[in-house]
Amino acid sequence: METKKILFTGVGGQGTLLASRLLGQAAMEAGIPVRVSEVHGMAQRGGVVESTVMLGGLKSPIISQAEADILVSFEPLEALRALGRCSAGSTIITNTVPIVPFTVDLGQAEYPDMDYWLDFMKNNFARVCALDADALAKEAGTTRAVNVVLLGTLISLGEIPVSRQMMEETIRQNVKPKFIDANLKALGLGFERAGC
Amino acid sequence: MHPLLSEDAGKNMLLLGNEAIVRGALEAGCAVAAAYPGTPSSEIGNNLFFISQEKDSPIYFEFSTNEKVAMEVAAAAAAAGVRSLTCMKHVGMNVASDVLMTLAYVGVKGGMVIITADDPSMHSSQNEQDNRCYARFANLPMLEPTSPAEARDMTVAAFELSEALELPVMVRTTTRTSHVRGPVELKTLPEEVKRKGAFEKDPRRWVPVPAVARIRHKVLLEQIEKAKALSEASSFNILSGNGPLGIVASGVSACYVEDALMELGCADKVSFLRLGFPYPFPRKKIGAFLKDVEKVLVVEELEPFLEEEINLIARDLGIDVQVMGKATGHFSRMYEFDPFMVKRAIADAAGLELERPKRPDLSGIPTLPLRPPVLCKGCPHRETYNAVRDALKELDLEEKAVYPTDIGCYTLGLLPPIQMADYLLCMGSSVGTSAGFSISTDHKIISFIGDSTFFHSGISSLANAFHNRHEFCLVILDNSTTAMTGHQPNPGIEIRPPGYDKPRIPIEDVVRGLGITDIHKVNPYKKKDARSVFKDVLSRGGLSVVIAEAPCILYYRKFGGKK
Repeated sequence: METKKILFTGVGGQGTLLASRLLGQAAMEAGIPVRVSEVHGMAQRGGVVESTVMLGGLKSPIISQAEADILVSFEPLEALRALGRCSAGSTIITNTVPIVPFTVDLGQAEYPDMDYWLDFMKNNFARVCALDADALAKEAGTTRAVNVVLLGTLISLGEIPVSRQMMEETIRQNVKPKFIDANLKALGLGFERAGC
Repeated sequence: MHPLLSEDAGKNMLLLGNEAIVRGALEAGCAVAAAYPGTPSSEIGNNLFFISQEKDSPIYFEFSTNEKVAMEVAAAAAAAGVRSLTCMKHVGMNVASDVLMTLAYVGVKGGMVIITADDPSMHSSQNEQDNRCYARFANLPMLEPTSPAEARDMTVAAFELSEALELPVMVRTTTRTSHVRGPVELKTLPEEVKRKGAFEKDPRRWVPVPAVARIRHKVLLEQIEKAKALSEASSFNILSGNGPLGIVASGVSACYVEDALMELGCADKVSFLRLGFPYPFPRKKIGAFLKDVEKVLVVEELEPFLEEEINLIARDLGIDVQVMGKATGHFSRMYEFDPFMVKRAIADAAGLELERPKRPDLSGIPTLPLRPPVLCKGCPHRETYNAVRDALKELDLEEKAVYPTDIGCYTLGLLPPIQMADYLLCMGSSVGTSAGFSISTDHKIISFIGDSTFFHSGISSLANAFHNRHEFCLVILDNSTTAMTGHQPNPGIEIRPPGYDKPRIPIEDVVRGLGITDIHKVNPYKKKDARSVFKDVLSRGGLSVVIAEAPCILYYRKFGGKK
């Protein structure tokens, strides 16, 4: 079975862990060997939160420099920060809505010009998908579904052996009943309207 | 019902390593568990806590005030023949080590499992000590899982081993085995769990006065000899492949080796010994392995625990084999590994070409703004820090101030703009080190400790401070929970998880009981009042305690109003 190393990155509170967990769950239900790694503890307090989903029999829980097959970033600056983990052949999916770190307000560093760097990504990596996942999540009924929008986009690319139907089933079984509809809609919007 | 109590044997669940350990304990019929939370072990206690709150729960669990107490609770249960478990982060083992070293002498009757969760690279810790050394130090058997499925299996096996040897058994994880999820196929839960045992008195065993301890040390060494035979025969020590290059690894390092061998396409040309039951060392198995290879690469994070033993075995058996590892510069004694690091070392040792995927030139990326962890917006600790600083400013004492701190969210007071954390060693160290600074300097000493940390190891140091007339101001940041590790209860909490009906110990009563009279309570959100209390206290000498009381805002959102 082909292996896939998928790196999720975002900011604490964006639901990266839930996204990787849902993908891991869907993969397991589909009989695909899977490992998911998560960041817990101190790193979660407003910091960068990374998780990985390793498909196809890989045993390692983490991904080295240049070895991610797919990067899914919940925030554009974090996509830029994680580029070293990608190779020229990698696929990059990123939300385009910035969350400006407080260190920018303190004047310690500038928030980079993301229009420029998104172009850079498109010109230098095999496949790049940049979308306003916040807007799609809002359209689906909850701003908290950014993670599921991005899962929809990830699945739409056809690079991993998890289908939209499998993920819908996983959402139905693992998300609180009152959020199921919004999440299914978010998945659909991410799948259909990613524009890539 | 808690998902880990599922009766659905045969079902696959995507469990965290820590959850798999809990499931293993339940499948093994563990009836008593106790712990103090600490990353990366916290989810073990959290899940056990919620399971123990269930109606007809098969297990008793408590958050003990510290790791030493937790280990004592579990030890006594096991002495009475009841299966028990305690878990802690690596540095928690230091607190419990006084128990551990002698518990090994007296041993257990019911199976007892000690989980130590180490943190290479210090994701959430103050050091990266390698607790495998404790297994050797205390002479206790140790298992090391590589995946959640193995974590469950090894937890179950550890209970059996423990009963066979009448010794507690350690299971050592690291962040990357505690916090990884993988499928675990559930096995059946026992129909009945032995909840009550009976303690059989035997002072010649259980009371290690010198005459008894001398006998028990001998018994311990005999038992660890028996454990050797078990590790030699253990199915957790797995040999695969066959070739002149040997690799020995355990824990997550073994995962990196497996992936590297697959990606390099040389799995069948390399002899790979994976040690899931590394201590006591299966010396015969390792010796036979060394005889069959020309050179051996030892892949292990942190200390050269296996490497040094392999060198000894080779020397003792007169085997001419090149041992590569930390001593030879192939690996570092610092930080966690990553897959490429291991792949490169293996390719090097095997003389294989290693192609790295091409990466675009990223040298143009500017310095990116960081996202260091911060105190939450609205966190009461911020307000307390501000009130103390303002009071010091008004007294013109800010320049003289030194702030010993402690372990919790408030350690983040280290960072700008607060910068009021100057010295830290371990849980509770704020109080003892304040005493040291107060006698050896002319600084104004103001130290900070959280409510849970105070109960963990602040009380005895505060008694010491009062008795020995040390002069400082201790600020107890009482946010009514153990916030950093995920909101576990402690004896002082006023806001409680639903159903939590244990008696409360007000911190103020404890402090007063120690004889301290200069004691004040402030609400940090009432800025003016708080500042004036601090100003008053800090203008004097002597020992004072200010309790800054306001619940953690995240915790309050969860359980506030549900007293």
